[in-house]
Amino acid sequence: MIRANSICKSFAGKQVLSGIDLDIKPGTIFGLLGPSGAGKTTLIKILTGQLGFDSGDVRVLGKDVRTLTGTDKKQIGIMMDNHGIYERMSCVDNLKIFADIYQVGQSKVMTTLTQVGLADSAKKPAMKLSKGMRARLQLARVLMISPKLLFLDEPTSGLDPMTMKYIHKLILDCKASGCTIFLTTHNMEEASVLCDEVALLNEGKIVDRGAPEDLCRRYNHQKTINIHLKSGEDIELPHSEKSAGEIMSLMTQGKIETIHSSEPTLETVFIELTGRRLEDSEEVKYA
Amino acid sequence: MRNIGVIIKKQIKDTLKNKTVLIQFVMFPVLTLIFEHAINIPDMPELFFTKLFSVMYMGMAPLTAVASIIAEEKEKNTLRVLTMANVKAWEYLAGIGIYVWTICMAGAGVMATTLSSGDIPFYLGVMAAGFLISIAIGACIGIIAANQMAATSLSLPVMLVFSFMPMLAMFNDKIEKVAGIFYTQQIRELLGSMTFDGIKTETMLVVAVNALLALILFFVAFKRKGLE
Repeated sequence: MIRANSICKSFAGKQVLSGIDLDIKPGTIFGLLGPSGAGKTTLIKILTGQLGFDSGDVRVLGKDVRTLTGTDKKQIGIMMDNHGIYERMSCVDNLKIFADIYQVGQSKVMTTLTQVGLADSAKKPAMKLSKGMRARLQLARVLMISPKLLFLDEPTSGLDPMTMKYIHKLILDCKASGCTIFLTTHNMEEASVLCDEVALLNEGKIVDRGAPEDLCRRYNHQKTINIHLKSGEDIELPHSEKSAGEIMSLMTQGKIETIHSSEPTLETVFIELTGRRLEDSEEVKYA
Repeated sequence: MRNIGVIIKKQIKDTLKNKTVLIQFVMFPVLTLIFEHAINIPDMPELFFTKLFSVMYMGMAPLTAVASIIAEEKEKNTLRVLTMANVKAWEYLAGIGIYVWTICMAGAGVMATTLSSGDIPFYLGVMAAGFLISIAIGACIGIIAANQMAATSLSLPVMLVFSFMPMLAMFNDKIEKVAGIFYTQQIRELLGSMTFDGIKTETMLVVAVNALLALILFFVAFKRKGLE
């Protein structure tokens, strides 16, 4: 669905992306994780044909991205993190504009508003919508065209947990209908929940990629088991036969309250690989 | 072509809720009707307010409306969303231009109700040409300006020069000489005679040069900045 080889892009002599390779299978959700300024939006703009690139090769829907026709573009939905909503117009009118452009039946407008939970606010001017409702209106605009390929640039950035969950559901529904989704985020929990594959982008380079759980397992250097006893005591045991015996003994004595293995999260994997946090661009020290 | 229609439709819906733009379209036609019917000073030239306000309308409304519409769409990222939806830059600009020109012509039509029916075709023809030049200048400002604030700062002095110079030229010979290089002053003179007979070559030349310069500026701005 998306294939990219060695994409490089620089702005005013500063290398923003270098040697990006991608191969995204149809019907999957691909997550691009990275802190602010890592080059996520630049990459989306290149993949959607909004921005040129210095070298490399990008194929989207089986075609060179630079040769995509209007018909091809009608199969691609793009939701960028900046809103792009007509503030004075109602939700319905906002969608009607794009229904006309994409030649989608007007009946799809109300269906999509219902799908994103905005049917009750259909006549409300966009300027009176909350941030979460605006995000849903933006999503409605791209879902309305039933895209084959969907690009989402930080779709839940700054939203409350309830709206975030609602949007996650919409994204998963979209995937279930056969759509391929490329999403950028700096929320590792979101990536774990939604993505079949993630790539970790740092300073314009992909530092590692894979299924979220595979990545976490691959960087599980500690390999410890943490046990919280009913007495309040915490125990950390290494992965070993001796530990297995000890755990069995504690379990038979009914002393264990909780037990967890210590696989790293995508956040800790990212920090290990780059020395940076995902949620900001600040450098952090790690052990 | 369909996308141009969509842009015009969108703009009609938006303008009805956008008082800032709406007032620019309505103000001068309404003022013309009120002043022409309410004020009657002895020795005042015939249709004084119609001719004066027509030139001001031409230099002000299309220029500021186009600049502010384009700048707002850039600022709010709606223009980017339209281009991502495969609306071409020329389709967008044509849609906005046709819309503003049509609304301004409707305004001119209202102002023309004060004229004798024989003068109306000439009046509308001259106004139509003037609106086109102002639209090109407004589009140029909209393309250059990064946001609405910048568009207002840029369009205000330009608008003042084009719309007020012809008025000031009535009271001062030196200003009249300077104003002569602007299309609005030449159009004021055309409206003064209200006839194709005896149109000076100089008048046509100045209007043509103004139109050409506006187009060149527009293309240079578009080539350098596009609609980003």
